[in-house]
Amino acid sequence: MSAAGAFFRTRMRSPNAIAYTIMILAALFYPVIVQFATNGSGDYLVGLAADGGIYMLMAIGLNVVVGFAGLLDLGYAAFFAIGSYTYAIVASNHMGVTPLGHSLHVPFWIALFIGLFVAATAGVMLGAPTLRLRGDYLAIVTLGFGEIVPRVFRNAGVWTGGVPGISALDVPTLPGWFVGPWVNMDFAWVPNFRFTSANLTAYYVLMVILITGVVFLVNNLYNSRLGRAWMAVREDETAAAASGVNTVTVKLLAFSIGAATSGFAGAFYGAKLSYVSSENFGFIVSVTVLAMVVLGGMGNIPGAMLGAFVLYFILFWLLPNAPTQMENLASAIGLGSLNTATPNGWPGIAEEVSRSKYLIFGLILVGIMLLRPQGLLPSQVRKQELKHTADAVPAGK
Amino acid sequence: MVQRLRGSVFTTPTASLINLVGIAVVAVVAVNAVQRILQGGTSYFFQTLGFGLAEGGIFALVALGYTMVYGIIELINFAHGDVFTLGAFFSLAVMPLFGLNDKSGGVGVILPLLGLFLVTMAFCAVVNVLIERIAYRPLRHAPRLAPLITAIGMSAFLEGVMFVWRGPFNLPYPDFLPEQQIQFGGGVTIAAKAVIVIVIALVLMVGLTLFIGRSKLGKAMRATAQDRDAAQLMGIDINRTIAATFFIGAALAGAGGIIYGLYYNSVAAFDGFQYGLVAFTAAVFGGIGNIPGAALGGFLIGIIIAISDGYFTVSWTQIWVFAILIFVLVFRPTGLLGMRVPEK
Repeated sequence: MSAAGAFFRTRMRSPNAIAYTIMILAALFYPVIVQFATNGSGDYLVGLAADGGIYMLMAIGLNVVVGFAGLLDLGYAAFFAIGSYTYAIVASNHMGVTPLGHSLHVPFWIALFIGLFVAATAGVMLGAPTLRLRGDYLAIVTLGFGEIVPRVFRNAGVWTGGVPGISALDVPTLPGWFVGPWVNMDFAWVPNFRFTSANLTAYYVLMVILITGVVFLVNNLYNSRLGRAWMAVREDETAAAASGVNTVTVKLLAFSIGAATSGFAGAFYGAKLSYVSSENFGFIVSVTVLAMVVLGGMGNIPGAMLGAFVLYFILFWLLPNAPTQMENLASAIGLGSLNTATPNGWPGIAEEVSRSKYLIFGLILVGIMLLRPQGLLPSQVRKQELKHTADAVPAGK
Repeated sequence: MVQRLRGSVFTTPTASLINLVGIAVVAVVAVNAVQRILQGGTSYFFQTLGFGLAEGGIFALVALGYTMVYGIIELINFAHGDVFTLGAFFSLAVMPLFGLNDKSGGVGVILPLLGLFLVTMAFCAVVNVLIERIAYRPLRHAPRLAPLITAIGMSAFLEGVMFVWRGPFNLPYPDFLPEQQIQFGGGVTIAAKAVIVIVIALVLMVGLTLFIGRSKLGKAMRATAQDRDAAQLMGIDINRTIAATFFIGAALAGAGGIIYGLYYNSVAAFDGFQYGLVAFTAAVFGGIGNIPGAALGGFLIGIIIAISDGYFTVSWTQIWVFAILIFVLVFRPTGLLGMRVPEK
């Protein structure tokens, strides 16, 4: 009785454990549930979840930079772009049409890590001169970097494919893979399996594995000496330096680990989409990922993942589907006349809702932030620390 | 001076390497630019300079709002660029009330235009104060990034409102300004339009500088920016002062919106965001929190953009702007006119 009570109490004290449990269960059962609910035609939804996983990876990486080390990065999409373009260059026919004259076809599994390393190197190169800057100046430098990188890719002519970008990238391959009813086939083992858009479940499974790995690594880093150094730098850089933390190295590590995660996600993105274009890496991507981290709860890995899930759901499922849903709703409650455009400027309810999506998105962001300024799932450690400070310092300070 | 420079620039081997590379890059770009300008001839140069100053004047007006808000509450107000576009949209909508339409022109437009400026500036100012009241003030003691996210949310909201209101496409903006070229001595011609824009921007900026420097509210603003708690202890109403900062910043942005419309004769719902980013760059360039710095930064960015557009490739202009931003921050983190402020 008391043991059960203690178990229950410790579980309640650790929302992270609950969040991880729910996420593991959801990740395992999501494809099954979706396929059952849509009678086997839910492949699109499974693929959507795999795309969402890309944002989740980026949120985990940005959480290291912003949440752990307290460095505001407003150009995170730049590393995403670098990862994607690296993958596109080393794993497509594109190099054949450049002055190099010889196309590269590095296997996906290696190219993924090339993307990671190139992005991490870019992170070090940007971070080394700029991490001496304090506070918001770093944010502004990263903002500038985020604006520069996609434009350079767009302007670099033949090397990056210019405005149309690079298409027909290699897809991941495996020695073998299971197929089954979820792709409308009988159970079978397919040798020399190629990941294609006909089997998005494969991408989904791969994404779940990648996220699990990254979460495991980042969580270990967080609990290591380096993780404690990050927290020290975040809370008080001068005090951390005085306590013997090499602040520049520690910040540089956070910055490049964040960049590496983004590059990793970028390489996967390139492979999944089989296409890269500079249009997909604008400031809006950086801002969306930052909003995911802050919304979910800075400095907390499950928080960042939750934020990524919530925001991705709103942006890529709720808002795109809202016009049709509203149309159906209007018909259902007898206001079907709203569905047609009228000459006096009413464009029909679907069009009106579709135009309102920015407005709705803005309101949702403001609303959530006002209701929960500390995020949906804030870091418990940080909360404890701040509570401790508030108790220790006498009132009036 | 040299001693100080040496002390700050060549401290560690990494830093001196970075600085040497930086200086080399700047030198190469500068030599290239000067070469092209000399080849282009005098009259082309002054024409370009006129465009640059006009565009810079608009950037400066927007940058002032960023720098004032950042100076007082350390928030990058991402919604500011959209308040600027809102100024252009609103003025377009209320224009008929002042008897202005796309056929107006000549000296007769001066008085109605003045009214249009006042109404639009007041409207933008009230909107910005409301944004501060709803989205920033409740979060003043929240984690620092929370108001940044609501600022982005408000930016999306304003863009959404303008999108729903007038659609996503470019709206034509009437052209009241004279099309003539003004002849200066020595074959130098500058478009009259550019001169008018520069004059309006300068008048507004001088007004703002006098207001901040001379008035009681301006003094309160400076005090609040320096130390909010101490200012409060001295009996300054912090909330009112911050609201006033948002009010004035947005009024300037609203005026900038009208000038933008008059100068480019076209405006779209999503123009403001990118424009705001460049204006923010200008504010950082001049030294964020510093009012003359924002004005200087705005004009310099305008000139750089005009030179890049006029002598180099247009598609690289934004890259130059942001590269300059990074260079300034690496070599002179406090901007051109900024003071070294101790970490709070």
